Amino acid sequence: MTTIAANPGDLHAHDDHDADHKPGFFARWFMSTNHKDIGTLYLIFAITAGIIGGAISGLMRLELAQPGVQYLGQWATWLSGTEASWDQALHMWNVLITAHGLIMVFFMVMPAIIGGFGNWFVPLMIGAPDMAFPRMNNISFWLTVVAFIMLLGSTFVPGGSGLGAGTGWTVYAPLSTSGSPGPAVDMAIFSLHLAGAASILGAVNFITTIFNMRAPGMTLHKMPLFVWSVLVTAFLLLLALPVLAAAITMLLVDRNFGGAFFDAASGGDPILYQHLFWFFGHPEVYIMILPGFGIISQIVSTFSKKPVFGYLGMAYAMVAIGVVGFVVWAHHMFTIGMSVEMKMYFTAATMVIAVPTGIKIFSWIATMWGGSVSFKTPMVWAMGFIFMFTVGGVTGVVLANGGLDDNLHDTYYVVAHFHYVLSLGAVFSLFAGFYYWFGKMSGRHLSEALGHLHFWTFFIGVNVLFFPMHFLGNQGMPRRIPDYNGAYAYWNEVASWGYAIMGVGVIIFFVNVAYAFIGGRKAEGNYWGEGATTLEWTLSSPPPFHQFETLPVIK
Amino acid sequence: MTAATHTANANLKTAIMAGALAACMVGMGFAAVPLYQIFCQVTGFGGTTMRVSEAQAATVNAAGKQITIRFDANQRGLPWEFKPERPTEKVTIGAKDMAIYLAKNNSDQDITGTATFNVSPAQAGQYFNKIQCFCFTEQTLKAGEEVRMPVLFYVDPAIMDDPDANDIEEITLSYTFYPVDRDEKGS
Repeated sequence: MTTIAANPGDLHAHDDHDADHKPGFFARWFMSTNHKDIGTLYLIFAITAGIIGGAISGLMRLELAQPGVQYLGQWATWLSGTEASWDQALHMWNVLITAHGLIMVFFMVMPAIIGGFGNWFVPLMIGAPDMAFPRMNNISFWLTVVAFIMLLGSTFVPGGSGLGAGTGWTVYAPLSTSGSPGPAVDMAIFSLHLAGAASILGAVNFITTIFNMRAPGMTLHKMPLFVWSVLVTAFLLLLALPVLAAAITMLLVDRNFGGAFFDAASGGDPILYQHLFWFFGHPEVYIMILPGFGIISQIVSTFSKKPVFGYLGMAYAMVAIGVVGFVVWAHHMFTIGMSVEMKMYFTAATMVIAVPTGIKIFSWIATMWGGSVSFKTPMVWAMGFIFMFTVGGVTGVVLANGGLDDNLHDTYYVVAHFHYVLSLGAVFSLFAGFYYWFGKMSGRHLSEALGHLHFWTFFIGVNVLFFPMHFLGNQGMPRRIPDYNGAYAYWNEVASWGYAIMGVGVIIFFVNVAYAFIGGRKAEGNYWGEGATTLEWTLSSPPPFHQFETLPVIK
Repeated sequence: MTAATHTANANLKTAIMAGALAACMVGMGFAAVPLYQIFCQVTGFGGTTMRVSEAQAATVNAAGKQITIRFDANQRGLPWEFKPERPTEKVTIGAKDMAIYLAKNNSDQDITGTATFNVSPAQAGQYFNKIQCFCFTEQTLKAGEEVRMPVLFYVDPAIMDDPDANDIEEITLSYTFYPVDRDEKGS
């Protein structure tokens, strides 16, 4: 147990407590300024949001399991309390896909991977006592909670054809302006404003912490790759989210104050909204995956018992992905009617991203090569990530082609692609990180057996769920539509069974967590042994309430 | 304490710089509106037509090949009747042509409107040159007034050298009139 002597004269301007003194329950969890507690809150929040967002996707797979519209009318009736019309039933579908997208992006992946693991481990890994602005950290978290409640609340107020915001997560005008009267879309937009503000504050906090609070000797080029990934992500957040804020503010003006930014009939241009959205939206997908890259790098290195192959290349590959990610946005809008030259540019620029991404994939493989690999739960999740992300990356290169995209745009091929990189990429990295650090965070071990069972059930489930979507997309099944031609019935049914298998996997996960808290073995400081070399493994599990009051020195 | 104060100051400085960067990006987001408009006007992106002076127009020679121009008229939120005199015209590429649009104010009030415009297909925008157009300025129609509004234009012969646009046989020129003072729209 690393007990650090209290040293009030040290770096604790933010806190009057001694090192080991924990505040009472309410002050600790509701007025928290401790990066580990806030990280825990973020993880609990993200898991809650993940259950809700995942349940919504379950409703979607239930409806899609067979052709025709089976359940939407019942659900819309249940939601509004009166017999739902056909339009309201179909609006229900739009509400479901919108809620699923927004919840998973803004309230599951981002809070978990940046707010949760970022808050927990960035200060630990760089040898800092806490984040630079602990109170701002608290504001970030609670703003996110308010934003989430706002989004959920929007489901119960009118949003055009029925209750709730049915605009898709992209909130494209004119559907989101003249197409959706009623307060639901306004509430969803406010929710995005709040979640965005929270993330920007978080990004400022991470940048300040990483630049100014590294322990003596921890140069930028000695930082663990997870810290690098959060640093790059924080810059992407800082540059991308304000553009979204501007765009959705213009939506609000168009909706409520007679503006015409995106109204073609009054001199505006709806295409401009798409440009602004995707200028944010493309970096956003890297915001979700880059910290995952960082987590995977730590895990692959730990369980191969080798330093990661090509450390500098790995770090600067993430920087390159971040930079190039800002100049490829229009590949999301190849079908707006752009010239061949523009398509060529955006196709080529998009494909360039495969180079730094390839560097990362091959460096992970090279790290494992010749290493003494132990297949503990986090490692199998990490290897699952590498496989899934490569599949998603390959379909990404296909979709990058402006010519091919004319056919594949808005089909299930796109849905398959982005679920392979996010639902299977980002989520696998989240599970990998969870299994890797759970003992460090809670002081208790998860079950290895249940962890492996969870992995295999989930791995098979998501592949059965998402791989058939490639076929459906190639056959031309459009996304965002609840009904479909009977020709698509077979693979849709298979996909829905895949969801059921995945659901079993998630249940195993929660059983495992419950097991750990009830009967899990106590975790020692460095339970992964010689491969785990970053600073968090020099501390007890869980780490003391305040750590590194005497700063560690990195040689 | 000095070390702590030093770190606190450095943190504040970094945070202010990061915050300023975010604030700049908000500004850039809003600046995108006029910048995008300028970009479209310069490049003809999205079917935005070009504006040329009489002097520039005088240097262009007719090229022989003919192209059909279809005229489209819409109004939104104002009680005007608005239509082209003739729905289509065949013009020689490079030759100046005058099209007439008719507008009538059906209300008993004076109304000022302005027209937004573009052409389809989008890649024809950079070759569609307007010398004069009612859409360059706001138009006020007195109660019950009817006016004939001219558009003087030509299609740039360079369109025949553009592999993306040289197979275009018909260009649709579209206008939508909307009220200048949006409060009068009544929506």
